[in-house]
Amino acid sequence: MLLFLLSVGLTLIFGMLGVVNLAHGSFYALGAYAGIAVAVFTRSFWLALCLAPLVVAGVGAAIERSCLRPLYARGPNAQVLLTFGFIYVFDDLLRWLWGSHVRSISPPAALAGVVSLGPGRFPVYRLFVILFGLAVALLLWLALERTRLGAIVRAGVWDAEMTAGLGVNVARVFTAVFAAGAGLAALAGVVAVPIQAAYPGMGVEILVRTLIVVVIGGLGSLEGSLAGSLILGQAETFGKAWLSDSSMFIIYGVMAAVLLLRPTGLFGRALR
Amino acid sequence: MRSVRGPALAGLVAVAALPWLVGSYPVKLAQEILIWGIFAMSLDLLMGYAGMLSFGHSAFFGLGGYVAALALRGWSPSLVSALVLPAAAAAAAGLVVGFLSIRVSGVYFIMLTLAFSQMFYAAAFNAEWLGASDGLPGIPRPRLPGLDLDRTEVFHLYLLAFFVLAAVALARVVRSPFGRVLRGIEDNERRMVALGYAVHRFKVAAFVVGATIAGVAGSLEAQFNGYISPEALFWTTSGEALLMVSIGGAGTLAGPVLGAAAFIGLQSLLSSYTEHWTLILGAAFIGFVLWAPEGLLGLARREAGGGA
Amino acid sequence: MSAPLLRCHALTRRFGALAALNGVSLEVEARERRAIIGPNGAGKTTLFDLITGELTPSGGHVEFAGRTVSGLAPHAVARRGISRSYQRTNAFRHLTAGENLRLAAAAGSRENFRLLAAPPPPAPSSAAVREVAQAVGLGARLDTLAGRLSHGEQRQLELGIALATRPRLLLLDEPTAGMSPAETHRMVRLLAALPREVTCLIIEHDMDLVFTLADRVSVLHQGEVLAEGLPEAVRGDPRVHEVYLGSAGEA
Repeated sequence: MLLFLLSVGLTLIFGMLGVVNLAHGSFYALGAYAGIAVAVFTRSFWLALCLAPLVVAGVGAAIERSCLRPLYARGPNAQVLLTFGFIYVFDDLLRWLWGSHVRSISPPAALAGVVSLGPGRFPVYRLFVILFGLAVALLLWLALERTRLGAIVRAGVWDAEMTAGLGVNVARVFTAVFAAGAGLAALAGVVAVPIQAAYPGMGVEILVRTLIVVVIGGLGSLEGSLAGSLILGQAETFGKAWLSDSSMFIIYGVMAAVLLLRPTGLFGRALR
Repeated sequence: MRSVRGPALAGLVAVAALPWLVGSYPVKLAQEILIWGIFAMSLDLLMGYAGMLSFGHSAFFGLGGYVAALALRGWSPSLVSALVLPAAAAAAAGLVVGFLSIRVSGVYFIMLTLAFSQMFYAAAFNAEWLGASDGLPGIPRPRLPGLDLDRTEVFHLYLLAFFVLAAVALARVVRSPFGRVLRGIEDNERRMVALGYAVHRFKVAAFVVGATIAGVAGSLEAQFNGYISPEALFWTTSGEALLMVSIGGAGTLAGPVLGAAAFIGLQSLLSSYTEHWTLILGAAFIGFVLWAPEGLLGLARREAGGGA
Repeated sequence: MSAPLLRCHALTRRFGALAALNGVSLEVEARERRAIIGPNGAGKTTLFDLITGELTPSGGHVEFAGRTVSGLAPHAVARRGISRSYQRTNAFRHLTAGENLRLAAAAGSRENFRLLAAPPPPAPSSAAVREVAQAVGLGARLDTLAGRLSHGEQRQLELGIALATRPRLLLLDEPTAGMSPAETHRMVRLLAALPREVTCLIIEHDMDLVFTLADRVSVLHQGEVLAEGLPEAVRGDPRVHEVYLGSAGEA
């Protein structure tokens, strides 16, 4: 589910803006650390869950407007390089502000503990993560399919030039989508902390897995992110169990194969 | 071109003389710059001249390092192990990766090359016989007749020789008819196809040349450090080289070397004053991408030429 | 009666449900100058795309010099001797005009794979390049960056690039697009002076050019050949007037 939250942001950013945001993992890490800061300060996990993504979305919006926008005319190479540069910036900033140690918070009291479900016993928090992820997926789906903004975003993913021709202020929608993507990544970050803790390398580590999900699921597709994250999750679990040494290699191989044979992935649409 | 020769030769002599002039730390820095300079120049062929932004270049760098490690440790500490085998392996990898990668373009190309370097990384990371996550230590330097490469001065000149060779070879390539074709491809690929150029063949050839030289750089890195680890194959290693090429100035060959010097020099200089050299470097890089895409060399040219 | 140089047989190209070209058959003799006219959206550029291989036909095929070329990769089609200029200048913007022409002239040369050849002497142009430059009126502008040429000069360069490959068949897509009357006049003179060995297919909206240069005219309308024949005959054809000549008011 974490992968889903991350990949949905990345895939929307790619679908709409045509940008592969390599700094996406950095937004995830930033969200985690910001979440910890808010949670520690306000003693409320729920507040952290709300505020941290908003803050990071704001950061995302600022970056899109100031740095990314001038590069749209210059093509994918410049944009990818720019987002790559931000990895360095954020990595250092996070270390600077929060140090290099691992930090964590425990899940809120309401979600602590273990519950028995059928034959197994599961941590309540993990169930929460799954349900929360599904809830977000549903909300996003509703937003995209049922609201005017969502229609604009879908149109923009399909054909940004055409959408601009229809009088839509595409620039502002781009900013909104980038900010939303950043916010979703941050949301994943906050949610991840009670399970995986926060550490400086978490962004880069999860970035490649997110890219794999987006590639397999299809760039620009919500269903694709869901399907892709499920597939990768299962593949990693089974892979570790059966093919442990070669599972990583095979997964990257699948990523390469998808890009070669069906670049639009399972659910994506071809870039014009 | 002629105007550069004088200063370039002077620079070479200065670099060559370093082991006798300064202490061991600056010499080590200089040697790192030479090795990464070779790596960055090889990437420039793809990025600056053919317009292909490849995150897969670390695959060839690391492959060269690993092959050198295996050959020097396990077979024979000779020049063949140190040079020929890594170059051949990297060339073969370049052929395969290049052939497959050019089938897609734009962001897909970027992501595919990233996937390829990760495949190499995963293979090395999980292979016990390659040292898994620790890599391969204890790599001996080759034994050349009459030369003791364990001595800093000798190794220094050895590296310098490779650097000069790589620089001269690449300079020849970019000025050759082949190089002109690459530039045409970067400028307007569709027109090149319409003119009758078998563009994919040229791109693969560029990949092979770039990969071979990157493999040599990787081998030198392994000899320099005495060990090689999977990090050399990770996609961010390609990223660092891309950073160097961009900061120095893509499409110039000299630029990437400048970029390597800036990156490694800054890293060393800044890290003694502040912990936050990554932040400064990242911010500087972003600044370059936004405002000075021609890099340091381009800026210098602007100053010198008064804005041509 | 020798076989035609170019033969399009029932060429069809569909984009989804839309048939941009629908069963177009065309025969062009060697040394002929054929004009392709028709309203916008008639399928003229699509026809060119199909001939050069940039698009594959949904139906029908293209024969050049007796051999089928439809289905070949675009660069292979070009190597057979078909060259093309584009409606919107499609040059190498960061190279000089001379370098543009040199690249075009060098296409297909074995020299291109010499990686370690010493750089050529500073004088940039070979005889072939200078010849083409003269032919298109750019002799004095070889050292100017293509992106810095005037619009008219860019169209001349566009023609030059296509010519420099020494093609047997030249496809010209609106060579005078966006030109002033003076520039158009100059371009017409250039085209008229082209050697007859180069067979030309010209898409144009400028009727003066068409009637000055063309041996025969083919009229396309909604993806089909509406009329074909000598310029005078086409000019007088009422169907052509109805869909094109009358409304455009250019005749």
